[in-house]
Amino acid sequence: MKYTFHWLPALRALPDMLWGALVTLEVAVLSMLLGVVFAVLLALASQSRIWILRAFATSWVELARNTPALFQIYMAYFGLGSFGIYIDSFPALLAGITFNNAGYLAETFRGGMRAVPDTQMRAARSLGMGQIQAFRLIVLPQLFRVVYYPMTNQMVWAILMTSLGVVVGLNNDLTGVTQELNVRSFRTFEYFALAAVIYYLIAKTVTLSARLIAWRLFRY
Amino acid sequence: MFSSLIDTSFSLNDLWFMLKGAGVTLAVTFWAVLAGTLLGLVLGVVRATAPWWVNAPIGFVLDIFRSVPLLIQLVLANAFKPMIGLNWSSFTVGCVVLALYMSAYCTEIVRGGFLAVPATTRRAARSLGMSWSQDLTEIVFPIALRVALPSWIGLTLGVMKDTAMVWWIGVVELLRSSQVIVTRIQEPLLVLSIAGLIYFLMSFPIARLGARLERRWHEND
Repeated sequence: MKYTFHWLPALRALPDMLWGALVTLEVAVLSMLLGVVFAVLLALASQSRIWILRAFATSWVELARNTPALFQIYMAYFGLGSFGIYIDSFPALLAGITFNNAGYLAETFRGGMRAVPDTQMRAARSLGMGQIQAFRLIVLPQLFRVVYYPMTNQMVWAILMTSLGVVVGLNNDLTGVTQELNVRSFRTFEYFALAAVIYYLIAKTVTLSARLIAWRLFRY
Repeated sequence: MFSSLIDTSFSLNDLWFMLKGAGVTLAVTFWAVLAGTLLGLVLGVVRATAPWWVNAPIGFVLDIFRSVPLLIQLVLANAFKPMIGLNWSSFTVGCVVLALYMSAYCTEIVRGGFLAVPATTRRAARSLGMSWSQDLTEIVFPIALRVALPSWIGLTLGVMKDTAMVWWIGVVELLRSSQVIVTRIQEPLLVLSIAGLIYFLMSFPIARLGARLERRWHEND
């Protein structure tokens, strides 16, 4: 191996990369929040009696699940231009990941709704609870328990997906910052290895804290 | 916008170029899935049976492949290649990285399937006089397959979609080939829609098959 590593410049760039990591987290968290909202709406729409709502929900979910995330981000960045909508790389990335998250989470929520038996609702109603009360106190906690683990998985995927922003020209998230440093110095391996470590730590932190929260929430 | 869809400069040659890109996508997927599944099978059985001091390091390493973005793994592998004097094409690098990525997930699927076979079933097999390897091939494998196959199909489709990232290291696959056409004829919506349709047609039927298998096999659970 004739390569000399230069770790020092990479370590000097660490603060910049950590700021980038913050943007990465921001995109991931925003796309998750928006994704959950859209996913709930999609899950409800897929059980609606109006066929056009059902068709809309089905096409969203199937498109999100059967095309690459990178393609979805491209569509938001380049494709929307044909409708006269020109958006920046940050909103394009956010829109792409949100679309993807919503598609996957909608399936999760649909499965979760099926996992809570109807009889639970009926029992709650016959005990004198109102519709909303029964949903909030009986159905929702059980639903949450089922969808919690897939949701944390999706959160980790959302973090990993944010790295695709660099492809549509985002330059202030972790991968974007790393790429900027890389084209300035061509120390590709050092910078990207450092970025990989940061991504790993972020993903592990999210998984571990999710597990801690689950332990606190779901104990009997 | 709609007029541009009718009098388009998108030609049959462009479609052919994109289909060739789709061929590259499928080729990368094929090698990655083949190698990743074989490695995943071995590591999955090892992870399900080995003691913790073998298990923990393997689990730790595989976890890294699942916690670092694929794009970064590809860039790292591509930068690492000349350092150790390897002269691989970027196609090979893409296949190898995706195979490792696939094996990391496949190991967990195989392990899950393996552990889903009740110990009592295996003991029953052994007490009927089957050898360890017979038990593995005649009892564990068929039962584990039912648990693992739907997730494996999902994983394969996931890897197929993730091959879209290998263009970053210079492989012209479906998404990259559509980008090339977009820069020439400047009709991103049309060209990207066609690319999306091709991806959809490659993925959707198999996804449906997986969902059906899962329903059919879990009917009696």
